[in-house]
Amino acid sequence: MVEGIDGSGKTTQLGLLAKWLIAAGHPVFVTEWNSSALVKAATKTGKKKNALTPMTFSLLHATDFADRLLYNIIPPLKAGMIVLADRYAYTAFARDAARGVDRRWVRELYSFAVKPDMAVYFRVPIEVSIDRLLARRVKLKFYEAGMDMGWSANATESFKIFQGKVLDEYDRLVDEFGLSVVPASGSITEQQRTFRKLVSQYLEIENDDEQLDEQLG
Amino acid sequence: MTTNSSTSSLVDEGGATEVRAGSYYGYGIPYLPIQGYPGKIIAIEGTDGVGRSTQISLLREWLEVQGYGVVETGWTRSDLMQPTIDLAKASNTLNKLTFVLLYATDFADRLEKEIIPALKAGFIVLSDRYIFTALARAGVRGVDRTWVRSLYGFAIAPHLVFYLKIDEKTLIRRVLQSRGMDYWESGMDMKLGDDIYESFRAYQRSLLREYASMADEFGFRVLDARRKVDVIQEELRRQIAAFLAESESPTPVRPE
Repeated sequence: MVEGIDGSGKTTQLGLLAKWLIAAGHPVFVTEWNSSALVKAATKTGKKKNALTPMTFSLLHATDFADRLLYNIIPPLKAGMIVLADRYAYTAFARDAARGVDRRWVRELYSFAVKPDMAVYFRVPIEVSIDRLLARRVKLKFYEAGMDMGWSANATESFKIFQGKVLDEYDRLVDEFGLSVVPASGSITEQQRTFRKLVSQYLEIENDDEQLDEQLG
Repeated sequence: MTTNSSTSSLVDEGGATEVRAGSYYGYGIPYLPIQGYPGKIIAIEGTDGVGRSTQISLLREWLEVQGYGVVETGWTRSDLMQPTIDLAKASNTLNKLTFVLLYATDFADRLEKEIIPALKAGFIVLSDRYIFTALARAGVRGVDRTWVRSLYGFAIAPHLVFYLKIDEKTLIRRVLQSRGMDYWESGMDMKLGDDIYESFRAYQRSLLREYASMADEFGFRVLDARRKVDVIQEELRRQIAAFLAESESPTPVRPE
């Protein structure tokens, strides 16, 4: 699974990785953060009316995750597929804590999650992420920019403050959960090379284990 | 991802909770400090068919006549979640985890938008069911107890919890009389059996067992709900009046 703030390029990187894995004959399943049909209605109303508090925001995302875990993550894993998750529980750990929710509480909340085999974090300086988002003419959304916190009425300014806090939280998570860090300031190809190297190391180790099992078997 | 949860007072072993009424059960909501808020929470718990809403409207009247400001809150009535919960129930797409989490979201919304502001303003909050309903339903479905208690660590411990208790037979008759069996209240999602009546009975029985197991843990005041409405009301008023008289006299300083 991949992690990183908005504009870190993680989605692009995950897409390229999926191409590579599929070309190599691996069965792949991709799942995105906050995409279950179940909570879409509530998230939508809540977001539209700007009615979500940090707690309800956190709980809705956990509900979405629980739904996807049961329908989109566990079944493909059981079927022996490689599940590529665009964001995972760490997104909640980082964002919710940045909004003032208790860190210990969020971690216990997600204790039902499956521990990922590999967690890759695309670390990008805040300026780079803003430049990328603005270049794509992405309009910064209310909650993504942390506007609900009332830190600044200016979306770009608020985004900077909020994502700055989110980055600090990610830095904690790197040590706490052993996330692999890919510096997201290099070119797309450079990052993808690093990413594939990390993944192939992991897959090789796994293959070796299987061979070992066969030898011992 | 499992983290140590032994610090949460909700999950302390040994029965009685050490949590003080009016404070958070667990880690709480760091951005909403609630110490010293003058309001009170009085929760009326119990299964279907015990007459909770009748008792609450009588209590409200009685309290208001005495000059207390009263706010009522219920279970699954938040604007944010009502449509989603209805939709999810109708389409049977809930699993036990999302079931628990949707109700927790709904409760969080009401806690922040109704209950906490009312406590701050000095109201008496009469809660028709409280988190114990969620804990009981989750317990029956086999959701990890420690996890659910940690999840609800953002809830505020009520000042009084009355549990209106009835036996299985009475409960079943009252539910059948009032609104019949529905899919979720019959625990049909748990696939206890194809016979809807048997499933319903097994479900209600385990619900009662869950409530009973929480009585000590959360200091329920247990009332026999098979008695007449006015007898129960009288008992509620007696206990509430005693509590209010005590809390309005100057509080003695106690060591923490």
